[in-house]
This record gives sequence, structure tokens and C-alpha cells, in this order.
Amino acid sequence: MDDDATILSLVEALKHREISAVQLVQDCFERIEQLDEKLHCFHETYSQRALQAAESIDGALAAGDEPGPLAGVPIALKDNIVTSFGHTTCGSRILEDFNGPYTSTAAQRLIDAGAIVIGKTNCDEFAMGSSTEHCAFGEVCNPWDLTRVPGGSSGGSAAAVAARMCPGALGSDTGGSIRQPASLCGVVGVKPSYGRVSRFGLVAFGSSLDQIGPLARCVKDAAWLLRIIAGPDRRDSTCADLAVPDYLNGIDQPPENLRIGVPKQYLSDKTEPAVNEAVYSAIELYRDLGAEIVDIDLPLTDYGIATYYVIAPAEASSNLARYDGIRYGRRAQLEAGEDLYDLYAKSRAEGFGPEVKRRIMLGTYVLSAGYYDAYYKRALQVRRLIKQEFDAAFEKCHALLGPTSPTPAFEIGAKADPLSMYLCDVYTANTNIAGICGISIPAGFGEVDGKHLPIGLQIQCKAFDEPTMFRIARMFEASTDFHTKRPPELATL
Amino acid sequence: MAEQLSLDEVRHIAKLARLRLTDEELEQYRSQLSAVLEHIAKLNELDVAGVEPMAHPSDVTNRLDEDVVGESMPVEQLLAIAPAVEGQFLAVPKVLGEETGP
Repeated sequence: MDDDATILSLVEALKHREISAVQLVQDCFERIEQLDEKLHCFHETYSQRALQAAESIDGALAAGDEPGPLAGVPIALKDNIVTSFGHTTCGSRILEDFNGPYTSTAAQRLIDAGAIVIGKTNCDEFAMGSSTEHCAFGEVCNPWDLTRVPGGSSGGSAAAVAARMCPGALGSDTGGSIRQPASLCGVVGVKPSYGRVSRFGLVAFGSSLDQIGPLARCVKDAAWLLRIIAGPDRRDSTCADLAVPDYLNGIDQPPENLRIGVPKQYLSDKTEPAVNEAVYSAIELYRDLGAEIVDIDLPLTDYGIATYYVIAPAEASSNLARYDGIRYGRRAQLEAGEDLYDLYAKSRAEGFGPEVKRRIMLGTYVLSAGYYDAYYKRALQVRRLIKQEFDAAFEKCHALLGPTSPTPAFEIGAKADPLSMYLCDVYTANTNIAGICGISIPAGFGEVDGKHLPIGLQIQCKAFDEPTMFRIARMFEASTDFHTKRPPELATL
Repeated sequence: MAEQLSLDEVRHIAKLARLRLTDEELEQYRSQLSAVLEHIAKLNELDVAGVEPMAHPSDVTNRLDEDVVGESMPVEQLLAIAPAVEGQFLAVPKVLGEETGP
């Protein structure tokens, strides 16, 4: 297989029997075998199951059946998306042996479309992190430089797609967890509008923020995957009752009278110069392509992390209360004289890693008696102000342009201080806070210590305006070749 | 907002959160959470008087489903993933009486 092949080209090749699904799956596993010892993208793989599924897809294709819009395409899932086969660990010791009793809606829709789930990818524990260093089963390395992080929390998914182990993957994004690793690994990542994709079977972290979304190597592939996983689901009451548009329809046509907003706060001198340069070049490119560039003021940008680190930990502390050692997950051994309280407190102390404990503590604090109004209520009020600021901006423009991450990939261990890690999401957290959609696309490279590292461009649009977001992203992609670049080290690993 | 947490406050939070932490962890979280709270105090710079809190971004409220009996997951399947069972039940230490905490 041409390991640069896109999902859409694979779908065609499979349909016309130019390649077989079995061959494609075998190639993916060969690749994983060859590279994953160094990269550590996968927590577990499903080779036997995947080969059986591939055989049956090949059989259906040979019989002339229509086995679905993703027939035979290998896809990886982040390890917080539940499947009834294999484990779903969330990168946590507390769920180390958890065999989900059901399959998430997003995964089931992929499977129903003929996709072949090849494995679960490593992530920061319970999706809390921006580097995948907080995975209880070991960190993931960036395929562009093994001494650096792939970003997070969907770092395994992003690195696997970048390393050509699979043409696409699902991740989840609560404050940047799809877009930031996509940016750091040089792939495309989409955070859909809140309510676009069912969260049924996504292990809950911040329920008012979480969305499942695709990672792929080009915009059209990401749009194709999103179309398949999106749409109403009665098992998630927050999933919107809105039909899913055909995102590929008109994707190559730029929106009419396109106005692109550039918030001045997105071009901060705190951002790595190479990242700002890539954004400036993108602005020029859009101008050359006929877009009107509009100055936007989003003064609340700088309040996003403060708001996020009240709301997300508050929701996490409630959601993670379910890990009590009683119904599923790790249960601690009790000593003589220990009681039910000890069972909870010991099971959770043994099962959760340091970042998860930190966030549970923070969330418990901001929700506790006497602090609720000062922290949680105030953060929800600021949340509305942030939403209103975006609403006003989208009156003036179709989309907001800026960097996805303030830096390219950083070195493993470089952000030991929690707050410095939290600030990685300064440009992405507000997307989730407001519930709008955002995409990160490859937009250049920065030279850091002699290493060639990818830089991502973020495009945000108003809620449920993914069609416009994809068309604008596609304009950039069609005029550049950054998305076709492969990590140079792959050949020598 | 109190930005510097005391060790007693951290111990109290850990109890509420049902986390048994070591002294070392308590001290570490005291200083790390204090630093994060100091950043969060930024929110006090903003005037939020009269702003309606926004708990989630969705317009949907109270979506109702038909009141019909649906399929449930088989009990055996759920018991199979429990850490301890007795017959058809989840086994737990004695619940009534003396939950004390540290």
C-alpha cells in the first residue's frame, strides 16, 4: 500500500478491487510492528479481529455488495472510546482491566460504515493533559522527533496517523485534545460543535465540553469521517437533533464574500515566533485567495484557561466519582478494620495518577461549600461572556484564524509544572467553552534545535457551521503542501 | 478567593474527594493547586454582575423520550466486570453504621 494514501483514495481503491482490505490491514499491522516499539501509539491492537473483518469486507466487495462508505478502511480509536471488544482503559490503572459491555455510538457508526478498528491509542489519563505524558502505560513519542511529545491528550491517535500506521483515527477534545496533538504531529484534527457527535460511550471527563472528533491526513478525510460519526442519537440527550450535511459537497468552493477574522489576541508575543510567522503567511495566503481579512478583538481570550480550569475539573470531579471500586474498575484490598470509606479512598488513590488526582482535588475544591459562587458560578458567568464575544465576532466574519498551539512540539519532561502544561491550550479551550467548532490543519514547519517540527493553523467557526470551516480549511490545503510532508525519521526508525 | 491553601484545607478536600493521599502528595497538591488558583483569580478582574451562568453550550433542554420498555444490558454481563460479586449482587464492605473517614 502507498502509506500516504488518503481515506477517500483507499475507499475508491477498495471499491474497485485494486487493493484488498486484508492487504491494507496487514500493511497497517506491519507498520505498527515496525514502529510502535519506539512511538508507543497503541495500548492494544486487534489484529485477529481486524483481519476477520477485512476478509468479510473483501467478500462483500467481491460479491458486489455495498459494504458502506468506509468499507475496509483501518481506523484507530482513542482509548477512552468504549468498545464491546478489547479493553478501554482511558490510560488509567483504575480501568486497566475494564472490558466495556457495549460499544460507543461513534465507534459503532464507523464499524457500520465498514471501517476496521485496528486498536486503541494511548492518551493522557482520562484525557487530562496536553502531552500524553500522563498516560499510566507510558508516554507516546512524536514521530517528527522522538525526544518530543506528540501533544495530548489524543497523542496516540495523532502520532499513529502522522506515522502512517493508519489513515485516520478518532480522538476526543475537551479543551484542545484533538487539535493540539494534530498541530504538534502535522495532521488534521477536528473538534466538532458541541452536540454534533454523540458522547454515548465516550468516557466522561467534562460533559459540557467533551466532543469526539476525527484525526486524518487531509481535510476531506476528516470531513468524511465526521459525516459518518455525527448526527442525532437518542442515547445522548445533549446530541443535537440536526441532520448532518454532506461536508464534501462544495468543499472545494470557497465561501462567497469570505471574511476571515484575525483576533489580535491570537498573535501574541508569548507565542513562538515560528508559529506566528506561519499564521501571518496563512493570512497573506487567504488575502491572495480573495478573502477579506477583518481585525477582531477577543479580549477574553486570556481568561479562557482560568475559566476552563474551574469548569473542566468541576465536571471531572463529579464524573470521576463513579470510580469507587464497587461496580467496575480497580478495587483496593482492605486491611482489617478498614471500612467502606477506605475502600473508596484506597481504590481511587491506587487507581488514579497524579494529574487526575490534581484535577479531582481542584474540582472538588471549587464546588465545595463556601467556594461555589466564588469559583464555579463565576466561571459559568465568564463562560457566557466568552460565548457572547464569539457571537459578536461571527457577526463580522465567517471564521477566526490563529495558531492552534503557542509552540511546536516540546521536549518530553519540559512542562513538569502543571500550570505551564495547562497554558498549552490557551488558543483551543475557548472553542469548547463556547461550544463552537474548530479545526487544526498543517500550516508550516518551525526549526527548533535543528529539528523540523510541524505547526498547526486553527480555524474556528460558529456552532454547526462545519461546512464553512471545512471549505476554508480546504482553500489553504489546496494551495499548500504541508499536509503531504512525512516525518523524516520514519525511514530510519 | 483564598489563593494559598493550607495543608488542613487540602486534607479536607482529599477527604471530600475520597482520595487517600500521602503527606508528600498533600504538600505537593497544596503548592500546585495554590498556583493554579492564583491563575484562576484572574476571573475576579471581570465584571459579571447580572450575567446568567452558562452551564453548557447546548440549546436543548429536557429532551423527553417515549415511555416504553426498552432493552437493558444483561445483568450477567455487568456482574462480569464487577470486582467482587456474591450471587446476583455486588459485594461491598458493611455500609450501615460506621463510615468514618480518616
